This record gives sequence, C-alpha cells and structure tokens, in this order.
Amino acid sequence: MRLIVPLRGVIQGRGGLFVGSLIPCCLFYFLQLYLKRRRPPPPSDPTELTRTSSRSNLFSRGNSIGRVRISSRAVPVAKPTDSAYYIGLERVKTDPYDRITNTDGIIQLGLAESTLCFDLLQKWMSENLMESIMQSNDGEFDISSIVMYKPFEGLLELRVAFADFMSRIMGGNVSFDPSNMVITAGGTPAIEVLAFCLADHGNAFLIPSPYYPGFDRDIKFRTGVELIPVHCRSSDNFTVTVSALEQTYNQARKRGSKVSGILFSNPSNPVGNILSRETLRDILIFAQDKNIHVISDEIFAGSVYGDKEFVSMAEIVGSGEFDKSRVHIIYGLSKDLSIPGFRAGVIYSFHEDVVNAATKLMRFSSVAVPVQRILISLLSDTRFIEEYMTAHRQRIRDKHILFVEGLKQLGIPCAESGGGLYCWVDMSSLLTSYSEKGELELFEKLLSVAKINATPGTACYCIEPGWFRCCFTALADEDIPVIMERIRKLAESSRS
Amino acid sequence: MTHTGIYRSRSGTADSETSVGSGGGGGGGTTVMRVIVPLQGVVQGRGGLVLGSVIPCAFFYFLQFYLKRNRRDEPEPDPANQNFASSPGSEPNNLGSSSLTQSELTGLSRSLSRVSPRNSGGHVSVSVRANSLHKVGDSPYHVGVKRVEEDPYDESGNPEGIIELGLAQNRLSSDWVSDENTIGLSLSEIASYEPCDGLMELKMVVARLMSEATKNVVSFDPLQLVLTSGAASAIDILSFCLADSGNAFLVPTPCSPGFDVDVKWRNGVEIIHVPCRSSDNFNISVTALDRTFSQARKRGVRVRGIIISNPSNPMGSLLSREKLYAIFDFARERNIHIISNEIFAGSIHGDEEAEFISIAEIADTEENLDKERVHIVYDLSKDLSFPGLRAGAIYSFNENVIAASKKLTTLSPVSSPSQHLLISTISKPEFIQTYVKTNRQRLKRIYSEFVKGLKGLGIECTRSNGGLFCWADMRGFISSYSVKGEIELWNKFLNIGKINVIPGSCCHCIEPGWFRFCFSNLSEKDVLVVRNRIRKSLYNM
Repeated sequence: MRLIVPLRGVIQGRGGLFVGSLIPCCLFYFLQLYLKRRRPPPPSDPTELTRTSSRSNLFSRGNSIGRVRISSRAVPVAKPTDSAYYIGLERVKTDPYDRITNTDGIIQLGLAESTLCFDLLQKWMSENLMESIMQSNDGEFDISSIVMYKPFEGLLELRVAFADFMSRIMGGNVSFDPSNMVITAGGTPAIEVLAFCLADHGNAFLIPSPYYPGFDRDIKFRTGVELIPVHCRSSDNFTVTVSALEQTYNQARKRGSKVSGILFSNPSNPVGNILSRETLRDILIFAQDKNIHVISDEIFAGSVYGDKEFVSMAEIVGSGEFDKSRVHIIYGLSKDLSIPGFRAGVIYSFHEDVVNAATKLMRFSSVAVPVQRILISLLSDTRFIEEYMTAHRQRIRDKHILFVEGLKQLGIPCAESGGGLYCWVDMSSLLTSYSEKGELELFEKLLSVAKINATPGTACYCIEPGWFRCCFTALADEDIPVIMERIRKLAESSRS
Repeated sequence: MTHTGIYRSRSGTADSETSVGSGGGGGGGTTVMRVIVPLQGVVQGRGGLVLGSVIPCAFFYFLQFYLKRNRRDEPEPDPANQNFASSPGSEPNNLGSSSLTQSELTGLSRSLSRVSPRNSGGHVSVSVRANSLHKVGDSPYHVGVKRVEEDPYDESGNPEGIIELGLAQNRLSSDWVSDENTIGLSLSEIASYEPCDGLMELKMVVARLMSEATKNVVSFDPLQLVLTSGAASAIDILSFCLADSGNAFLVPTPCSPGFDVDVKWRNGVEIIHVPCRSSDNFNISVTALDRTFSQARKRGVRVRGIIISNPSNPMGSLLSREKLYAIFDFARERNIHIISNEIFAGSIHGDEEAEFISIAEIADTEENLDKERVHIVYDLSKDLSFPGLRAGAIYSFNENVIAASKKLTTLSPVSSPSQHLLISTISKPEFIQTYVKTNRQRLKRIYSEFVKGLKGLGIECTRSNGGLFCWADMRGFISSYSVKGEIELWNKFLNIGKINVIPGSCCHCIEPGWFRFCFSNLSEKDVLVVRNRIRKSLYNM
C-alpha cells in the first residue's frame, strides 16, 4: 500500500492500536504544552503607554525604566465608572439639593437611605450612646474593652442580640442561631465574602433582574464571580419564575459557565415586591435540583409596609423538608435601622464551612468594637426596637402613598411594591424612544434639567426600558411637591 | 515501508479477520493488516499521515476536555463530609456526592434518611478557595492566640493563666486615650452614609499623626490617604491592586506572621521570602533581593513588588537612609512596587540617634514617575493602642492605586462612629504630641526592663529601636537546632511557663531558635512574673 500511516514501523512492530494512538497523543500533548508555555502573557495594562518598551534594561542601572504598573485586575477598578447608578451618585455630590441653601441642587432619589425615624434614633443615641460604649460587666469603664482586639466575627453578645432582632422583625416565626452568624462591616462585605466562599473565579450566580446595581461592584470586583441576569418582566410584576431560571441556567451551562448559586433580594431591590412563600419554595426546589447555593439578601426585611407578609428564606428552609446547608442569608442594619454609617451587616449561613471561612475573612472587614458595643445596647433595648420598627414601617407607608399618589397625578404609574425604601417607577411615557438609549437620555435629562437623580433600569439590568428606581425615604414631605413639579415640567417639555 | 508489499499480498485472506476498521466504510476491503491501526479505514481512504494523526489527536483533545469539565463538577466533596465518596467511579452502593451519581441512584435514595424524594442534589459544596482557608490557622501563631483566649492570665483573677506575649497590641498608654476622650458624636454625623475611604477631617488628622512620627520631616498629603479597616485590609487591598493572581511579592524574612494571610488569602498573590541572617544582624541585603528576583524570574514567576516593614517586625530595627535608598534603587531598576509597612512608626523607643525614616521621605526626593511605586501602610491601632477600632490607612503616590482602593474600601470600611471617635480623640495637636511622647517613654522603660530581665536569664536580644517587641536569641536553649526543636521550646513556654510567644518559624526566620516577645501588653509587675515563668520553662525550676 502507498498510504502512509504515521509511525507505522513502530506500530507494526509492537502494540498496534495502543501505541498507534498513544504516540500521536503524546506528541499532541507536548505540542499543547509547548504552546501553553510560549503563550504571551495577557496584555496587562492597555491604559499604559508602551513608551517604555523602547528603552531596554541594558542601560537602566540607576535609571528609571518608566512607570510602574498596577495589576491588570485593578485597572478596571481604578477606571471611572460607567454605571448610571454611580454616575448619578457622583453628580449629586457635586451639587446637592438643600431646601434652604441650594434650592436648585440635584435631589437625591438614587440612594436607599432613610431619615424617617431619625428623631427616635437621635433620642436614643443622646440618652444611651456614651453609656453603651463605656459600659462593661462590672460597671466600671475599662478602655481595653473597646480598643483591644476582639473576635473578628463579632462579639457573642452582639450576635445574640442580632439573632433576636432578626427574628423579631421577621415576624417571630423563625429563630436564628448566633453560632451560624458572622458579623460583617455592612451588607457589602457580606455579599462579597459570601461570593468568595461559594463560587470560584469564573463561576456564576443567577440573579433575577432588575437587580441592585451595587452587586456588580460588590461581587465582580475582586471575587471574579459572574452575574447572569434572569430577566423578569412587568407582566409578572417582575417576579422571578422557575421556567426563566431553568432556561437561563441551561443557557449558562451550554455556554460552559458553571453556575454555583442563585442570588436574589427579598424584598426585591429595586422593585420592592415581596416574594411569596410559594416562590421561595420553588426557588429552593430549583436550587436543590441543580445542587446550587441560594443567597437571600433580606436587608430590607424590616422595611415592609404593604399588606403582604414577608417570609424569610430561613423560615422555608426551617420546615425541615430541605437541605439547609445551601441557604445563606444576608442582613444588615443600614436600611431597617437607618444607620448605614455604622456599617453593620451579617452573614447567616447554615453551612459550617462557609461560617468558618467567613470568620477568617472578617480579618479584613470586621466591625469596630466601640460600634459593636453601641449596637449591643441598641438591639437589646427591646422597647425602643418595638417602638422604632412600628414607626419605621408606618412612616415608610405614609411616604410611599404620598410619593406614588404624586406620580399618579402626573400619569406616571409605579409597580406594585410592599417593601424597601424606594418605588419602581414606569416613566416609559416620557421616553423619546423606547430603548435603552432613550432611557439614558431621560436619565441625563432628569439629572441636568429636572435635577433629580433616580436610578435608571438599565443600571439594574432591567430588560424593559423606561423604569426608574426612586428612593423616597430621605425626603421630607415638603420635598415631594418640588419633585413632582420638576417632573411635570420635564414631562411637558418632552411631550410638547 | 518494506512491509507494505507483504501486507498487500495477503489482502485477500485477511479481510475476514479484520475486526477493527470496518467502521471506516470508505476504506473498502483493502484493510488487511494484521496490525490494528486506529481508524485505518478512514486513513487509508483519504488523508494518510494527516488524518492518521489528526483524528487521534482530536479524540485525545476531547478526552482532555471531557476530563476537565468533569473535574469541575466531580471533586465537590468537602472535607467536612468525608463519609460521602467523591469519585464518580466508585461502587454503586456508595452514595456519591455529585449530582450525577446521585441521579443514577434514585433507587437507593431512601437509605439517606434525611433526603426527601425530590432531593436530587447532594451536599452542596463551597468554593475551592474557601476550602483552602480551612487549612490555614494551624500555625503556632494562631494556636497560641487561641490558647490565650481560652485561659488568659489575670493578675488577680487567673494568676495561672497564659500570658500573652504574642499579639502585638499596646496597653501602655490606654489610660491616655480614655482620659483625653471627649467624644462628641451627633447622630446625623454617624448614622448616614459617609465616604468609605475616610472623612477628609480624619484623613487630615491621620496625615498629621504620620508626620508627627517622622518628627515632621515629611508632610503627608491627606488626598493620598485611603482609610481602611485595619492594616490587614490595607495590605489586602494593596496586594489586589499591585499584583495579579499568581504574581509574587518579595518579603525579607523574618517578617510579620500576618503577611501570608493578608497577601495570599483572597488575592492569590504569592510571597517569596528573602531570608536575612543573624550574622548580618538580620539586615536586608539588596544582593539577596536581586538574586531572589532573578531566580523567581527564571522560574517564570512575575515579581510585582517588595514588602518591607520599618520599624521591622519582629526585630524592631530601623532601616537606615542608605538602606532605603538601596531598596528604592533596586525597585526602580526592576520596575517593581515598594510597600512599606510603617505601622509601628509612632512606637519608636530607641535612643536619640535611632531615627525613623519614612520611605515617603525618600520618595519625595524622587521625580514623579518614580514616586508612583511607593505605597505606605499605616495603622492607627498600633501607635494609638486602638486595634479594636480597626482603622488603618494606605498612603500611596500612585493615582491609580488611590482610585482603585477608594472603591475597594466599601468592602472593608471604617464605620462613621469610629471615624468620629478618632477625630475627636486625636484631632488636638497637643494630644498627639503628648501621647506620642508618653507612649515612647513608657515603651522605652518597659523595653529596657524586659531586656534586662531576659539578659539575667542568659538570653540576648537583638537591638530593637521600634515596635512593641524584642527578638530573642534562644538558640542555646533548643534541644535540636531545627524547627522541631524550636516548636518544642514553644510548647514548653505555652504549657509549662504558660506564656504565649511567637516562634521564629512563624515569622519565616530561617534560623531556628529565635522568638518574638511582645512586651507592650505588660505592666512592670508582670515583667517579673514573665521572667520567672521563662526561667521555669527553660530551667525547669
């Protein structure tokens, strides 16, 4: 025969099939290896000029080689942001609205913070603040009780108080175990640490969209975990469905990315709707089916003002029917107690390894001990907490009605919501074109003409254009007519 | 090639005997060889050499691909649940932990009593990198600290407890902090969102404090400061910004036992130790740095920076101006970053001639481009005995690093109450001055007391001018000149003498027999107790 079979001599001599395939494979393997080693390192820093390459090392003794580079993963972090959410926040900082001194300033509707119950907090703090920092067990003040190293995962007293508080605001149907808790410096580090612990670099979380725009930063910046949006639509009032989850999951699998969990906010941020017991069960079943984690961000659990009852994931998983270890809950005091400056959050996980790993990582973002002391006395003051929570809910409800009514009169509807410090406003009637571009134009107009900073839906990865998140809890009652007037003017000018 | 003829001649008879290759119908009946060449039919039919190698290669490639994909799913066992078998190839009655095996075994699922019929998933796994965190924490450093937590010494309450000489915290001047503490907090100030990288007010105070530490030779620009929650997170953030995963930093050893954790845990940056020796008085040698750098490069590791501690931890020595220039030149020549860890800058207790020189002073004499490689880590906790407040700082000359770390501080922020506490405590210039002065005096007194005590026991320490510790030479007391001997002695200290110290191996010292004693936790009375306990552990009396 004329045909040339590779290495036929060898093959015929000995092993046949085995050697015949082994040898090309080996060669191929070494080729791969060779290619891999020779592959040039990824271009590390496109922003740097290549000016330095012409100067060589040879002459550089004692000479500058040029600019030293930062790591390639820090480059995107250092770059100015392109998310409308952060652009808006930055813009407000340059020209903030003030009722008296700067009436032409930009009104902040983009930041979920609440000043509704500051009077109550103010009273408590003025009475108890110093005492709570200075107190110690034997009544005498000991400076070392606040300035020395303490366990990074939080003082046990604080964890107990936190557990109590959480079960209180979640309706008392669940109890939380302090040993499953890790206290973090706010919800942001809590999310990041969980992402670090549950997924490896390049893995992904499913996340029903629209979602909180800060997640992008919190999760992707350092951990390298991807977020895959599961699009929800206004026709379902932006509630996630299992079929959508399933579909996105399969698509992700097909693309080769490994999905390690599903992350969602309940009450949802930015829409403000509350997930029903059934939906939570469905999500859990789905996660069980795919063997992935469930991260429930319940940071607004105490800011529920509607008729709908809030159900914690802890309650569903507590029924005993499900495997607990895949469920992780994030909570924080920034929203419900309106003390974001305290930077107090918590990871509640049923997975022992996650708790252990998170405890170790708290080395980098633990809560300062004096703050822990204040929080312990704040959270254990049950009378105050009761009073506060009732007022908090009532005042959000009132403000919500006021705000939504105002918009309604302008012909601008809002999505139905039952929790959170914001509402999800449908401004599609003001769009010049029904597209992402149109929405960003409107955002820009709101910001520079109407001087209002609201978060556009595209920043939240909403699939339908024209939705905006407006936080109303930092507004005074008399601000609302000002806002409505500004929007009305904008609407008129755009319609005419 | 000579065989070809023979095979052809036998083609007629051998046809029926071929068992493989019949799949390649295109090849026709000429497949005759006794030898079985993979996919012979195809090969003969068409491309010969090319196809003959491409096809096995392709199969091999897919096999690799398959293995790779499976590997990601399969080794999900986490160490805590060893009773689940992890290999998918295990016997059928083994309850696999991966969902794959599990679904094949639906018939058996009843044996898992806790699993509902619907439950197809096994135990859910945490990420590989989180699992790797479990392994750390077993070093003597962590063990010792834990033991002290369980059984802490107290002069009156628990005189038998373990004395902490391991943890670098300063209790000497705590009274000052509380005396002067006129804290005025107002709610709207502390409760709302505030810049996570620190209030300008606080930055100004910190900058002043840092200047004070250099005796006002250097003035620090508050705009270049980023406040973080503690020095640990400052180093964590800097490692993220300066190096990519898999890159490395050079670290002269002995070094702070915390670096490993801060640099590696989250960022995947490696540390390459550059050992210093007792014969050089543990001085950093630039030649050694250079050699290590070249070795690393040969191994294909990219070195992105060098981390130095000044005053050094654990030795407490200060870097001279010449040394700093030499290190700076080295960094410039190799175009790498310098991270200078100056968390003990305010705790200088040496003689008058012992002068602390910040790397910022060196950087200030350089042109702008070169400054950019300098980053300083500062910590309010050590100098102000405030570790519970968790306030540290990055001072960088690099705009990009400042911008990036500002954003990253949302992930490890200083809370506003802490910020305001700090502002109100340390904003008075006279307070800073008196505090720093008093702190130095007290450190000096306790240091000389402590060293004298050790000397009485025949233990020599290296000369320490700063920091909260001394570095004691116990080579004469270890049973064998090895890490094992050192750990044995450490165990003796912990169990017999009931004191917790840091063995040199934790600081990656290459010479066994050195120990770090942190003395700033002690009162003068305690020094005596410690001395007796050391004697007890060393001489069994």
